[in-house]
Amino acid sequence: MRGRPVDGPFALVLRAGNADHLHCLNPLAEAQGLHRGMALADARAICPGLETRPADLARESAALAALRRWCVRYAPMVANDGADGLIADITGVAHLFGGEEELRADLQARLARSGISGTSAIAGSRGAAHALARHGGGVIAEGMLAEGLGPLPITALRVDPDTAAGLARLGLTRIRDLLPLPRAPLAKRFGPGLILRLDQALGGQAEPVAAAPDVPHFGVRMTLPEPIGLQSDVMAGLARLLDRLCATLAQHHRGARRVRLELRRVDRGSAQVEIGLARPMRDPARIAALFQKGVEEIDAGFGIDVLRLSAPITEPLAPEQIGGGTVLQHDDALSDLISRLGNRIGFDRVLRLLPAESKIPERSFLLAPAAYSAAEKVFPQGGPPRPILLFPPEPVTTTEGRPGRPPVHLVWRRMRLSTLRATGPERIAPEWWFDDPAWRTGLRDYWRIETREGPRLWLFHTPQDSNWFVQGEFA
Amino acid sequence: MPDLPLAALRPPLAADPLALVGGRVHEAQGRGRRAFALFQALRHPGQVVWILPDHAPQMLLPAGLPEGLPARLLLLRPRGEVDLLWSLEETLRAAPVALVIAEPEKPLSLTAGRRLQLAAEAGRTTGLVLIRDGQGSHAAETRWLCDARAGEAADSTLHDWSLIKNKKGTLGHWVVNWNGTSAAVHMVSATGQRDQFAGTPG
Repeated sequence: MRGRPVDGPFALVLRAGNADHLHCLNPLAEAQGLHRGMALADARAICPGLETRPADLARESAALAALRRWCVRYAPMVANDGADGLIADITGVAHLFGGEEELRADLQARLARSGISGTSAIAGSRGAAHALARHGGGVIAEGMLAEGLGPLPITALRVDPDTAAGLARLGLTRIRDLLPLPRAPLAKRFGPGLILRLDQALGGQAEPVAAAPDVPHFGVRMTLPEPIGLQSDVMAGLARLLDRLCATLAQHHRGARRVRLELRRVDRGSAQVEIGLARPMRDPARIAALFQKGVEEIDAGFGIDVLRLSAPITEPLAPEQIGGGTVLQHDDALSDLISRLGNRIGFDRVLRLLPAESKIPERSFLLAPAAYSAAEKVFPQGGPPRPILLFPPEPVTTTEGRPGRPPVHLVWRRMRLSTLRATGPERIAPEWWFDDPAWRTGLRDYWRIETREGPRLWLFHTPQDSNWFVQGEFA
Repeated sequence: MPDLPLAALRPPLAADPLALVGGRVHEAQGRGRRAFALFQALRHPGQVVWILPDHAPQMLLPAGLPEGLPARLLLLRPRGEVDLLWSLEETLRAAPVALVIAEPEKPLSLTAGRRLQLAAEAGRTTGLVLIRDGQGSHAAETRWLCDARAGEAADSTLHDWSLIKNKKGTLGHWVVNWNGTSAAVHMVSATGQRDQFAGTPG
């Protein structure tokens, strides 16, 4: 709204079921007689000049979360109250602002200045504050709950619409109509929910503000009074930031998997260095060493005045014994090596061999990034011998041999070879549940061929086809 | 002597002719060089790193490798020759690695070979560079010419391994029977080299 002001009725539209409904509207639209939840078609009939945009619930809740963080300036405990409200426990806070009225005025003024239209209310109980905030706002003084809430409609009590409609049928539309009634018949007729809500609003039943704990934020920044340009200065700043970041990580028992350093230059340009780590880590010295190369390549321009360090990806890392034995040191050194290699050549190029469940030679193993997999100790052994080296099938030219038997003479890679011994065949069938273009020709008969010239080859042919291919080489 | 600790690392050559001197970079050429590299990997307990170019069509097949080796093998596939040499140097400099095997594509320059030697000395890691014929560097400690050899017996897997360059010792030629699975090796004819060098007397 602030980016593109509209002078005229405006509404956000949300699609519920099969029809569009108004989700949120500006004061001008409300003045035309529109209200929330109205069908868009009706609204257009009332107000043809209505401008609409689709509502984005995800961004809306993100904005509310941002507002919640901001509201911490008024109270230590701020929680979400429904999809469109915030509730803060300001017990013992109001005098810092000069009183409840002043606190509310300050809040409203700040909201108005930033273009947010909101309504706020202060009351002795959470239910009362909720009710009043949605019906005009204001302050209910200490001990005046019943009087303050009296004129509000029953729907303000957070009761379900059926109960409210039932009470309306009895002629009970305001909260003050409920207060003198005997409680037992009311509970019997409308269920304990109504009495509970009434008690909560009047303060008879405790209802704490349960603020969800903040998701820990792993980011630190440093603003410098004078711009810096030397590599050593940046590294020194980085070391200070890393100490703070690693302390935060340690506090939450987490280790960083990626660390990003953003540098803002005096001319508003920015540079970024990001490193990956082979395993979760929070050791400042070892992380700093990985930044060395990236920092060398940065163009400092006229100088850098803001450093920001964050860990976008973290993983749980339990506290561990400092020092450790030789095994631990060996593992640390190895993961440092993988980090160094991965940051230069890419983590997807530092690989580990893992076993896979397949009889097809090409798929009998997996190549997994070493940084994101653990070594597998057990490899299936046994079965027919396998070559040490595997390559894509290479056709060989053969002289005529008996059908189904390996060739006597063959030319492979421009070498003339003659068969000394042949072991086989071993028949491997393609996996019918997996369409592999290389295996479309059908099953293969594999032979181990020892040649008089030395090389021991792994040949195959398909029974339908008389061509022979080399696919591997034995030790 | 400045290189005394390294000298202490070196195994006595006479006892085991096929052992590679620790903390140095060696070279192997010939068609059987990968088998020789695997044989050496078996003799180096600990982490083994195998560096091969990104686009190399050949791949090690874990089912065919000696038992236990795939679990301690780290495979690097850098994108270019510069990255390959950089990762070779970086791995040689790293202490927790026992053996580094690399397959560069271009001939190694003397500078590159020298840098690799320095890195290997710093990290006390053994390096084995698998080169094509004649693409080695003068800085290599030893160079091996490896080929498979046909055997008469049905279960023999013979290899011709000859030492064609040695900075600190004599050359030699061995025919060994190594089946590709164990660290043990059977020397077929240790004295076979004599008729090549000695010639006919008289």
